[in-house]
Amino acid sequence: MKTRYGMWLTGLASAVLLVACGERPPVDTVQVGYRGTGMEQVYNPRLLQEVAARNQAPEVVLPMADPEGPLAKDIYQNVQVLTDLSIGEFTRVMTAMTQWVAPADQQCLYCHVENNLADDSKYQYKVARRMLVMTRDINTEWQSHVKETGVTCHTCHRGNAVPANVWYMDPGPRKERGSIGTNAGQNTPVTGLGMTTIAHSSLPFDPYTPYLLDAQNIRVETTTALPGDNRASIKQAEWTYGLMTHMSNALGVNCTYCHNTRAWGDWTDGNSRPQRVVAWHGIQMARSLNNDYLVPLTDVFPAVGSDGQARLGPMGDVGKVNCQTCHQGVYKPYFGAPAAKDYPELRKKPAPVATESDGESAGEGDSAGSAMAESVTAQRSAPLPNAVTPVVNAALVARR
Amino acid sequence: MADYQNLFTRVQVEAPHYPGIPHEPQGLWKRGTKASASYWLGKIGDAQIGPFYLGATGLASIVFGLLAFEIIGLNMWASVGWDPVQFVRQLFWLALEPPAPQYGLSLPPLKDGGWYLMAGFFLTASILLWWVRTYRLARKHKMGTHVAWAFASAIWLFLVLGLFRPLLMGSWSESVPFGIFPHLDWTAAFSLRYGNLLYNPFHALSIVFLYGSVLLFAMHAGTIMAVSKYGGEREIEQTIDRGTAAERAALFWRWTMGFNATMESVHRWAWWFAVLCTLTGGIGILLTGTVVDNWYLWAVKHGVAPAYPYSFDPVVDPATLTGAGQ
Repeated sequence: MKTRYGMWLTGLASAVLLVACGERPPVDTVQVGYRGTGMEQVYNPRLLQEVAARNQAPEVVLPMADPEGPLAKDIYQNVQVLTDLSIGEFTRVMTAMTQWVAPADQQCLYCHVENNLADDSKYQYKVARRMLVMTRDINTEWQSHVKETGVTCHTCHRGNAVPANVWYMDPGPRKERGSIGTNAGQNTPVTGLGMTTIAHSSLPFDPYTPYLLDAQNIRVETTTALPGDNRASIKQAEWTYGLMTHMSNALGVNCTYCHNTRAWGDWTDGNSRPQRVVAWHGIQMARSLNNDYLVPLTDVFPAVGSDGQARLGPMGDVGKVNCQTCHQGVYKPYFGAPAAKDYPELRKKPAPVATESDGESAGEGDSAGSAMAESVTAQRSAPLPNAVTPVVNAALVARR
Repeated sequence: MADYQNLFTRVQVEAPHYPGIPHEPQGLWKRGTKASASYWLGKIGDAQIGPFYLGATGLASIVFGLLAFEIIGLNMWASVGWDPVQFVRQLFWLALEPPAPQYGLSLPPLKDGGWYLMAGFFLTASILLWWVRTYRLARKHKMGTHVAWAFASAIWLFLVLGLFRPLLMGSWSESVPFGIFPHLDWTAAFSLRYGNLLYNPFHALSIVFLYGSVLLFAMHAGTIMAVSKYGGEREIEQTIDRGTAAERAALFWRWTMGFNATMESVHRWAWWFAVLCTLTGGIGILLTGTVVDNWYLWAVKHGVAPAYPYSFDPVVDPATLTGAGQ
């Protein structure tokens, strides 16, 4: 009898634990490295089904357009970005954008002014221009990360006017309370923006600002056995840890997708998989997109959009990208489906931004450029988390 | 057989309260005289509670400990805006963090680690005073001071983590945050920063003694309970005057693994395993960042870490390639 009680009790405890964790066995394990090194990916097939359902590339409903024929810029007024597209291609991109980005009840008029499609007075129009340049930039200049798969507007937007997974600078969950209770940018399950933190951990909840906006040093490990001049602190390691955990979550992979965990920082001796190189370029890309495209749009966005939703974060900053913005829980967006294949219009090198001779909207590119410089300066002046500042290591200083 | 497979003590000792041997000298602090009995505590130990003796060091230790506890707890509570519900909900995530790295060994403002240093000071004082208490009580009872020295080994690790190593590194930020998950994250980050602590031989020794302690504990407790019907729990008598319990237990282990401890030596094994766990652990922590900065590379250098065949294409650090960094 007692044994049976014990069995029931154990079973009940396990069931409670499983429900609490939201996952139940069995899971699938895929070996990705040499045997015995523990390099494997763990997948829960039941959760994977949900993720797969959420991450299907949109059907291509628009027939391919003829690249020959008159250029759109010669037919329409005020075409500044897609100056190299035929009128057919141009129309195709515009139509696709209404499906990928614009709210269904507004369509073209989300960006355009009724009766005058050339009028670029709406902020959405200005933003869309820069986003088109960005998309082409990604597909042509960042093949180190996106390869031939490429991206479209939908990769991030997924039918939303603002992509669901963008980040804002996070002031933390509390307001200033005098001299007690500082959380040092970590140690909370809920961020100031009301989101759960990275993997529900007590790690720093905004590792994006120092690494994906600023270019703080991510590498904390020393590359020699004995102490040299590496002054990275343990706190700094926690920030790197936060960023890496974000990547793991955003891609739905284990650490071993890129690393042999016996030597995280090592690129030699089979301690890094080729995926780590792609991920490295991804970090550079996210940082570049934030600084070159999104931050410069800070002044273009209103604080509150036409849909009543906020366009700027609590610190007045624009929504920015991280790995989750495109990947959305999958190792490759849409599980690697070549989203951009059917949109050659988005895979051309960004053409030099043209300006209308009538000066109606002249210098849109230029004003974006100067706004960029100002915004970047403003973002930089925001204090970075103390913990990221390298440690002053007196022992090392004394030795040298 | 089932008699000895019970979770709980089967014998409730009911006897007149035993006040303990007289303390010489008694001094300012007198031991209490009141004692009570608890049936449920009797299930897992001696049913008698009290009489108590706190003493000057005990009282001071509790006061300092309470101060540290309050500083940590109030800082945690303040970090959720003094919301009692959120304090309970988020308790495992909350922490009192050490100063940021740029403060080095200087005294930071209260909110940037000043509270942490204060809590650390009070906690250290409390623990050291409690050690004094264990030592002096052992002396007063005319006992050996084994417990005090075993406790000292744990204190060594505590001091290495929070005092000695931060001093050598020149930064209070190297010490451990006070918090449940935060101190675990710190542990992981420590290993990440210093190239995998699993290649630190003193860390390895510490793990050996940690798991070894558990194994020894199970072997010893199991053995004694298994021969208690032959009087095996009278270990001291059996040490001097070996009876059938000691013979059977010894024979069992000789047949099992060819060697057996004795009724005396098994306790020395257990004591040393426990003491060496934190002693070696403390050495391993102290060497990290001061003498060795990347344990994996240290292990490669000394032929400890094996090389595995490639199962995927070799890669090159893209940051070293010209034109790669954008």
